Amino acid sequence: MTNRAEQNSDILRLANSLRWEIGEKVHDTLLQSLYSEAERIATRVVRRTEEKQSFNWEQTLDRILTSRLTGVPVMIALLALVFWLTISGANVPSQLLAELLIETVHPFLKSSAAQIGMPWWLSGLLFDGVYLAAAWVISVMLPPMAIFFPMFTLLEDFGYLPRIAFNLDNLFRKSGAHGKQALTMSMGYGCNAAGVIATRIIDSPRERLIAIITNNFSLCNGRWPTQILIASVFFGAVAPPALAGITSALVVVGVALLGIFLTFLTSWLLSRTILKGQASAFSLELPPYRPPRILQTLYTSLIDRTIFVLWRAVVFAVPAGAVIWLISNVHLGEASIAEHLIRLLDPVGFLIGLNGVILLAYIIAIPANEIIIPTVLMLTALTLNLHGVGEGAGVLFELADENAYMAIFQQAGWTLLTAVNLMLFSLVHNPCSTTIYTIYKETGSAKWTAVATFLPLGMGFALCFFVAQFWRLFAG
Amino acid sequence: MTTQDCATCPVHIKSNLIKLGVDMDSWDFVVALAGNPNTGKSTVFNALTGLHQHTGNWPGKTVTRAEGGFVFKDHRYKIIDLPGTYSLLSTSTDEEVARNFILFGQPDVTVIVVDATRLERNLNFVLQVLEITDRAVVCLNLIDEAQRKGLHVDDRMLARELGVPVVPTSARQNEGIDMLLQRIDEVATGEYRCRPRRVQKTSPELEKALSVLIDKIQRVYPGLRNARWVALRLLEGDSRIIEAFENGEIDELLSAQQLAPEHAFATEGGGE
Repeated sequence: MTNRAEQNSDILRLANSLRWEIGEKVHDTLLQSLYSEAERIATRVVRRTEEKQSFNWEQTLDRILTSRLTGVPVMIALLALVFWLTISGANVPSQLLAELLIETVHPFLKSSAAQIGMPWWLSGLLFDGVYLAAAWVISVMLPPMAIFFPMFTLLEDFGYLPRIAFNLDNLFRKSGAHGKQALTMSMGYGCNAAGVIATRIIDSPRERLIAIITNNFSLCNGRWPTQILIASVFFGAVAPPALAGITSALVVVGVALLGIFLTFLTSWLLSRTILKGQASAFSLELPPYRPPRILQTLYTSLIDRTIFVLWRAVVFAVPAGAVIWLISNVHLGEASIAEHLIRLLDPVGFLIGLNGVILLAYIIAIPANEIIIPTVLMLTALTLNLHGVGEGAGVLFELADENAYMAIFQQAGWTLLTAVNLMLFSLVHNPCSTTIYTIYKETGSAKWTAVATFLPLGMGFALCFFVAQFWRLFAG
Repeated sequence: MTTQDCATCPVHIKSNLIKLGVDMDSWDFVVALAGNPNTGKSTVFNALTGLHQHTGNWPGKTVTRAEGGFVFKDHRYKIIDLPGTYSLLSTSTDEEVARNFILFGQPDVTVIVVDATRLERNLNFVLQVLEITDRAVVCLNLIDEAQRKGLHVDDRMLARELGVPVVPTSARQNEGIDMLLQRIDEVATGEYRCRPRRVQKTSPELEKALSVLIDKIQRVYPGLRNARWVALRLLEGDSRIIEAFENGEIDELLSAQQLAPEHAFATEGGGE
């Protein structure tokens, strides 16, 4: 083996000295001969049959979608349209699902359990904990996802995403980051773990780390439902009914844009402090527009994304439901564990314009952002002692429409500030555990994993803190 | 070329493929799918395997490797969708994944998916792949789009120029896939002998240096298939290949290459 190693270094030495003799231009010469050969073959085999240069709609479209003037406004308008369709389209099916799963199936399960003499704690754990959490996840998440993903996938199939990258490239470069980060950012809108894996397309380790750390500012599909629900309950409600949908959509777009802004800001700060360096140049090919294949897109976005994501959410909701029920019903002294924890977290929550329930929910929901809203609702119902169907604390009662959500939130002392800060905190906080694990696998470094985890968490606390202080100073 | 392989035996290096993370149970041949981004590689992959992997119209979609399988003429094929790259020369992670797979895994067939509407740029990549492997099929995809743009590509002349089979396809419409399967099978079983064009019109000094270096490499590694390619990379100062020499990785590749396929199977459990 040592012999081999010596022979290998012999070869390397020889190559080295030969490289000196032939000069530096080998790489260029080789590339050139490759290119000229490719050109020669291409001109031999490709023939232009006819010149049909009537109207080049691709060029015209590109001129609109990627122009300095109209590129970004069109992008924002498209995003707003997608959210508006999602929000207004998801309302009715969400209510129907909630009616079916929570108001019909749940009482039926409970009464059946009582009939066969199931102990109260078992039926509480199974139906008030596990079942309700899963039912909430499905009724809150399924409709918006089933509308949002196919639309997003159609845009993707059509070829719009690279145009976004093109529009944002300049800003990314100015922030000291790689232009391809726009693509990984778009991927993050589906799932941050996928976005982190997608950063493999970025060559330089420095820029790749920036892309990984800031990917969390892309709202992932676990967080869209939170944004959409809170926006429609709090902002849709204050707008005139005809404008409710579009108002909520614009608020969600605002949060998404804030995420993009924070991506730039954080990239800029990182590339001037701990990740110093120049942005590297790259060429981005704008692929041709292709007519989206509607049916196939519906199929793949339903199977690959919607069902996949929903399944993951349900898998995480089941143990979380059990945990919520248990901490709500196991008492230490006169209060349940959950109440103790909430009381402990309340002062911190108040400081940043949230409350103990929301913070506890964020701890329980570290494995999956998807279950934030169901967790918040269940914990709120518990602390307010809102007993609905079933026995034991931590049980949800009927929530027929948005007014009912509003009713609970108001009883729990939520204000517009709580809503605003919940949306902000949902945008800026630690990534879910799957993403954290993915970051660790991709970077292989505990240090950068910690940075990617705690930097956004710290930023979230700071942001919410300042918003709360100013709000109370000027509005309260 | 080496003569000791039997014509119809698989040529892939099973131990290396397993090391590259490919589950090699119950497959006869390994097919790699390579190509520039946005040539419809994932669509071809789906058409070949019948899978519904999500495809997107933007570069860099496939960063992780997708795998699938199909059966054609009683041969069981494992197919690996490599990340789309513009070249195999420089060293981003995805280019390295693609290059290492073709170089170290030695798939039985490498299907190079090519965008018929941007042939010249795609040919740069094809020529680079053909430097590494001589078992390739060019899938001339998006031929319908080319026709709509008023471009006619002479696939027979292209096949003659490249020395490997060329199959025009429109994978989105599932056109040409049968012929593609047929050609893959012919190359895999050795029925079709590829004689790929290796272009290197270089300078006389370079040729001289090259022959010295190839000579040296072949003395250490007799029977190495792509000695010229390795020598060129060394002269270029390709850091990945230099590293492979430094840490002995190159030995593993070459010793695996020199074994007859039966032996490669037998020593598979033997470890490093």
